[in-house]
Amino acid sequence: MTELTEGHTVKGYDVDLAGLRIRLLEMGGLVLDQVQRAVAALAGADDPAARAVLAREEQVNGYDLRIDEDSITLIARRQPMASDLRAIISIARAVSDLERVGDEAKKIAYAALDSGGKRNTKLSAQLARDVRHMAHFAASMLHDALDAFDRMDATGAVNVARRDTELNAEFQSAVRRLVTQAMEDPRRLAAVLDAVTVLKALEHVGDHAKNIARHVLYVVEGRDVRHEDTNVLIAVGEGK
Amino acid sequence: MTPVVAEDSSVASSEAGVNVKPSHRQPAGLDLTPQPGAGTVGTITVDNPIMSSRDVNVYYGDKHAIKNVSLDIARNQVIAMIGPSGCGKSTFLRCLNRMNDTIESARVTGSITMDGRDIYDRRQDVVQLRARVGMVFQKPNPFPKSIYENVAYGPRIHGLAADRVELDEIVQTSLSRAGLWDEVKDRLANPGTSLSGGQQQRLCIARTIAINPEVILMDEPCSALDPIATARIEDLIDELRASYAICIVTHSMQQAARVSQRTAYFHLGDLIEVGETDRIFTNPRHKLTEDYITGRFG
Repeated sequence: MTELTEGHTVKGYDVDLAGLRIRLLEMGGLVLDQVQRAVAALAGADDPAARAVLAREEQVNGYDLRIDEDSITLIARRQPMASDLRAIISIARAVSDLERVGDEAKKIAYAALDSGGKRNTKLSAQLARDVRHMAHFAASMLHDALDAFDRMDATGAVNVARRDTELNAEFQSAVRRLVTQAMEDPRRLAAVLDAVTVLKALEHVGDHAKNIARHVLYVVEGRDVRHEDTNVLIAVGEGK
Repeated sequence: MTPVVAEDSSVASSEAGVNVKPSHRQPAGLDLTPQPGAGTVGTITVDNPIMSSRDVNVYYGDKHAIKNVSLDIARNQVIAMIGPSGCGKSTFLRCLNRMNDTIESARVTGSITMDGRDIYDRRQDVVQLRARVGMVFQKPNPFPKSIYENVAYGPRIHGLAADRVELDEIVQTSLSRAGLWDEVKDRLANPGTSLSGGQQQRLCIARTIAINPEVILMDEPCSALDPIATARIEDLIDELRASYAICIVTHSMQQAARVSQRTAYFHLGDLIEVGETDRIFTNPRHKLTEDYITGRFG
């Protein structure tokens, strides 16, 4: 994205845009870490770690407000046009996706705290694996979406969009396994519902990663693909 | 993304009365004649244009100021010409009512038609042409006469009013359409130069529309005005396009984005890109356009 922020005759414009971009990536790193720590807290039944995740939520909100404010100021002061305008709009959109990823991390952290009282109804090994696997998958999608945003890489963005379909399939089959467990042993119902919450949160993280990938395609290709399905995204990303 | 280059420009240009080489002299599919507008990204043609330029070149002595510019001007629409200083946008504008005729060293080639007729034809009466294609300049330049006379002068010499009553009517209508009537109706005998800069510019616009032009050319009409006077002119431009085709040259990209429906980007005498204003300012196709409008020029 450096070539997107650089080269203005007014050097201060470069500085403003670069600052915005760096803060967005910082926020991305923070929420990615939040998701990973929340999942680790859940897996390790680590209450202090879960509380630490909840405490850091304030930092995420701080980034959200700051980047929003800076985007508005930049629009007012510089009247961005063309790729600059698309970049700023995309940053503002990506911020709200990241803020919601932060909320999903919070949900997982709460689930980790709640599960403390239900240790006797722990999930089966299979479900623990499902959560770990989906967490890893969603986190790597978010990582790659941020990377694609950083480099304004359309190919990378399309790959993220592609993997979202896979993540959704994983979610569906994990839910099917959960339903089977609940039917086999209704005493596990509370734990199963918690697990659904966590899996749903991870699925949402994947959705937001896909949205960020769409914002990348908007900047690079100039086409708004927010409501297009994955096949259209892939076509746009490949310049068709 | 593949740039769309001047679709069907050959068809459009033959309709506009430009001589296109007969295609039967060449094997089908192997037309080596450069098409008008071939160097321009975007669609240079419009349906039912009021004016059409094809392969226009302007030379000031040895200086090649405009290179093979082909562009249609649409009816009831504002087209903005933008580009860095010396890019040829004003020169092109001045071709449209033959203002370059007044420059000794200027030479114009190619064709410019209005309603299908060549405006550079020897039989074309230039005064008549300029009545049909009016012009508003960068600095307001009212005649050193009364407000009334500034507007009445044109209709009088063109014989548009049969008597004083009709002339009064034209003056009032023109001043009203220029949004100036209420401010000046009680002091029509005062000199035009007694008005503020913004009022003077609106007086010049009233003077231009008093002789029923079809096209209004504006060469940076707001660059000498404050933001409020500028906003009033921009609002006026938006109203006037219901009745006229308007071509505006402006250094302010924001102004081009605000007032126009189509935008043409010039660079070193070439027409680089032309397209819908909504697209040009959000997603231009040519790198030079992108660099200019994002402020990465030079």
